[in-house]
Amino acid sequence: MTLLKLSGVACDRGGRRLFDSLDLVLEAGGAALVTGANGAGKSSLIRLAAGLLPAASGEVERGGRVALADESLALDPKLGLGAALAFWARLDGAEPAPALAAMGLAAIADLPVRMLSTGQRKRAALARVIASGAPLWLLDEPANGLDPDGEARLESAMASHRSAGGAILAASHQPLALPGAVRVAL
Amino acid sequence: MSGLLLRELRLAATGGSALLPLAFFLLVATLFPFAIGPDAPLLARAGGGALWMAALLAALLPVDRLVEPDRASGVLDQLALRGLSEESVALAKLAGHWLSFGPPLMLAALPAAALIKLPPEVLLRLELGLLAGTPGLAALSLIVAALTSGLRTTGALAGLLMLPLAVPILIFGAGLTGPDGNMGALKLLAAASLLLVAVAAFAAGAAIRAARD
Repeated sequence: MTLLKLSGVACDRGGRRLFDSLDLVLEAGGAALVTGANGAGKSSLIRLAAGLLPAASGEVERGGRVALADESLALDPKLGLGAALAFWARLDGAEPAPALAAMGLAAIADLPVRMLSTGQRKRAALARVIASGAPLWLLDEPANGLDPDGEARLESAMASHRSAGGAILAASHQPLALPGAVRVAL
Repeated sequence: MSGLLLRELRLAATGGSALLPLAFFLLVATLFPFAIGPDAPLLARAGGGALWMAALLAALLPVDRLVEPDRASGVLDQLALRGLSEESVALAKLAGHWLSFGPPLMLAALPAAALIKLPPEVLLRLELGLLAGTPGLAALSLIVAALTSGLRTTGALAGLLMLPLAVPILIFGAGLTGPDGNMGALKLLAAASLLLVAVAAFAAGAAIRAARD
């Protein structure tokens, strides 16, 4: 099953062409790793794949629901972490508890979101993606700010997502363990 | 949808911003006799209009927290990913905003009317007017909040955008509380308010989409 198909996609930002004629197909279990210098358009490609940014030309097709983790956390700062994740989980018809455990956040589920550290915020954003149950994950710099334990948890979450028939499009300038991933250099 | 509405109400309640318009409204009602003087007939004649001005400005107070925090923290993006249209998000915000400010304002109008010695029949017309007019004010502040989200000088710009558009509500609302106020003014007030409510979801939704780029 095709979860993401980009055909001949071009992206303009601020009147400047970032990339064009980009083709990418992600099947179930597949993964793609986007690399490139700062400002090359990695985040724009992620937002384009999410449908949050219009393509200047070309077509973007998505095969199902999409989960996005970018630099914005999208969790209510005053709520406890568990309750903030539960808001999205309810919309997705899912349970946040397994995702909290997968990212090692179960012990701080009651901590208000505004108290989280940079690494914990990244883990929380990833837990939101894991809890969504969406087949396609779009991860923008998912390993930024994570400690070695966090990276290991991210890698095992990505592996189990792919073995369960999900696909991942990740943008990163750090090495990321995505075996067999298509490399997209911008 | 109901989850979104509950979230809006929770944000209004925990942000302390639900109490702010109320305090502002009561403060204006307290200050008005100081400015005009204790002449009871004059106060009763001008008081309704003053309370309407206060309601208008009170609706403007929470404009910077209606849309901008959700845009900045990525909540609007996440809602769009889940297939919720910007219009339904705007509708939930409109309902949440009105519920957290319309009915409390109608309650606060009781002590405010006592402070400026409004006659009971004028108070009744003020309450009817607030019931009909506050949804329009909530709609206006939502539109302005969506239009100005992502900009830096939101506060002043929001006032400049919103206050002229609120003129019909102010005219009919204050006219309703005047000495020759009648139910015709209420109908026109309700019509102006309805128009704003009907436009709000689409205008705010389009503004949210436009701010995404």
